[in-house]
Amino acid sequence: MKGLGIGFLLAIAVPVFAADNADAAAIQKGKQVYEYWCATCHGPNLAGTVALQTKYNGSKPALLVERTDLLPAVTKAFVRKGVTIMPFFRKTEISDADLDVLAAYLARNSGSTTGRPAR
Amino acid sequence: MKLPPGVKSKDFADAIRQFEDAVGKQWVFTSEEDVALYRDAYSPFWGEEEERVASAAVAPDSVEQVQKVVRVANALKIPIYPISTGKNLGYGGSAPNLSGSVVLDLKRMNRVLEVSERNAYALVEPGVSYFDLYRHIQEKGYKLWVDVPDPGWGSPIGNALDHGGGYLQPQFRNHFDSHCGMEVVLANGEVLRTGMGALPGSKTWQEYKFGFGPWIDGIFSQGSSGVVTKMGFWLMPQPDAYLTGTVTVPGYEDITPLVDILTFLENSGVSNGMPGLGSPVLGGFMMPPPKSEVTAMLNEGGVASPKLQQYARQNGIPYWSCTVKFYGPAKAITAQWEYAKEKFSAIAGAKFQDGESYKLPLTPDQFNKVHKPEFGIPSLEMFSIGARSPYNPTPTSGHMWFSPIIPRTGEAILEANRVFSQAAKDFGLPILSFSLPSTYWMRAFIFLFGFPITHDIPTNRKNRESFRKLIQLSAEHGWGEYRTPPAFQDTVMETYSFNNHALRRFHETIKDALDPNGIISPGRYGIWPKHLRGQKA
Repeated sequence: MKGLGIGFLLAIAVPVFAADNADAAAIQKGKQVYEYWCATCHGPNLAGTVALQTKYNGSKPALLVERTDLLPAVTKAFVRKGVTIMPFFRKTEISDADLDVLAAYLARNSGSTTGRPAR
Repeated sequence: MKLPPGVKSKDFADAIRQFEDAVGKQWVFTSEEDVALYRDAYSPFWGEEEERVASAAVAPDSVEQVQKVVRVANALKIPIYPISTGKNLGYGGSAPNLSGSVVLDLKRMNRVLEVSERNAYALVEPGVSYFDLYRHIQEKGYKLWVDVPDPGWGSPIGNALDHGGGYLQPQFRNHFDSHCGMEVVLANGEVLRTGMGALPGSKTWQEYKFGFGPWIDGIFSQGSSGVVTKMGFWLMPQPDAYLTGTVTVPGYEDITPLVDILTFLENSGVSNGMPGLGSPVLGGFMMPPPKSEVTAMLNEGGVASPKLQQYARQNGIPYWSCTVKFYGPAKAITAQWEYAKEKFSAIAGAKFQDGESYKLPLTPDQFNKVHKPEFGIPSLEMFSIGARSPYNPTPTSGHMWFSPIIPRTGEAILEANRVFSQAAKDFGLPILSFSLPSTYWMRAFIFLFGFPITHDIPTNRKNRESFRKLIQLSAEHGWGEYRTPPAFQDTVMETYSFNNHALRRFHETIKDALDPNGIISPGRYGIWPKHLRGQKA
């Protein structure tokens, strides 16, 4: 009974740890994508941040990295569709794979980095 | 999908297959969703039938892949439209002149091939952005500055080829002027190197521009005679110090000697940063906004309004200001500013104020405060002008630039303001009633008027019509555009009509000789290949 219990725990724990590690790696890579492509406009006091401060007037953080409601689909829509004077980005600039990890990074505080309900 | 004009579906499908063989299937974009990313985000035709849109995009990773793509396009007569980073927003973005063209997206060619700190040059590929080059230099610790445009997310190659400019010393400020040597894939797929690059094993490709024989680099700028795959650029050694000083002068007429003295100082090499003219009484760009009574007087009588002149005199507000900027050894530039003050003192009532003074490199605190492009640092802070802000709560969807070259005199500034402010009233133009030069070339000014882009079709139509009127009006006064979005390139080229369009006919002769199938960027800057001439896009 004791042995069965340990085996059962391992069977559950291994995929969970693997998933967590994968998420952490994606988030770390996403941070790099963010810093390369987004931070130049969405960093402190920059145009994208001032725009969001003006839009939300404090009801949401103006800095994207402090948002807790950016589900992956939202980030992906803005990157591929643009908004006001922010243009959309081509796949030679931000590939789909880079966009996945960028969206995961910006969703890290939202409870879901994949768009699926949080575990 | 919008096919190129005159191209059969089967040939297009063959071309796509061969492009996939050349660059890999994942780097050929044909889905509606992917191709839409090549629209001009600031298109003045947004959502209209006339909007210039691509049929597909292909993204090579090397000059050999570019050659393969060009050969396929040439064999099947598929128009291609090369872009480097595609950030030419306000002047066309990543969309082609001719709808149905396949965008040749060079963004993946993003290698900094060489930087020489010793001789202050770089050799780069088209997909390298100013940020990439800046970061590369910072990582290596080289004491070199890159002259960057504002905003700086485009590429040195794309910006130089479109005649863009920056802020540093005059020999770097005009980016095409500061290039040295290029590599070009011609329409038949052959690779050409210009200048000293034509000499096999040359040791000076990025050190001497001209090589031997006629210098041809110019035909590839704002051109359609080849695909530029490498370019060299001269970089500015990091100076010891930076200094600015401002002179103010009291009277309306003082702008004439003010500009003359400024021009003398620049042409003599005394002041070597990009200067800035302003008007303390009129306010505006980079200055506090004018008071309401000033705006009323300006609207009533223009910049020459006697009431305004009297108002400025009575209130002791200078009519004009000029900030001059210096890079160099601290002792030397302090002396240069003193010399500049002596020269400006020839204007009665001139007053002086010392400005910024930095020992370089900047401290982190200074870094955060300065206008970064003046220190060779790429930035997107310029977007704060058009983005949503307390001053601009309902931003537009973009802008397009009307950008005439104006003589470098005070009289020309006043005349341009008289003409353009009258046009603003007559045509209902969305431009300011008073403007000063935005860019200062060594020998000419550029005025920049931003026209808003919206997603409202009637508004865009009205603005396009106004833009065309302004091109004509400008040409009637001897002022030509230096650069314009594809929507207006035919109209602008039409104004460069000396001797029955001798220049355009010359361009067409070159186009027909180098690109007989007319595959490279048909229509770019108003130069059309033979089979499309007269049809236009």
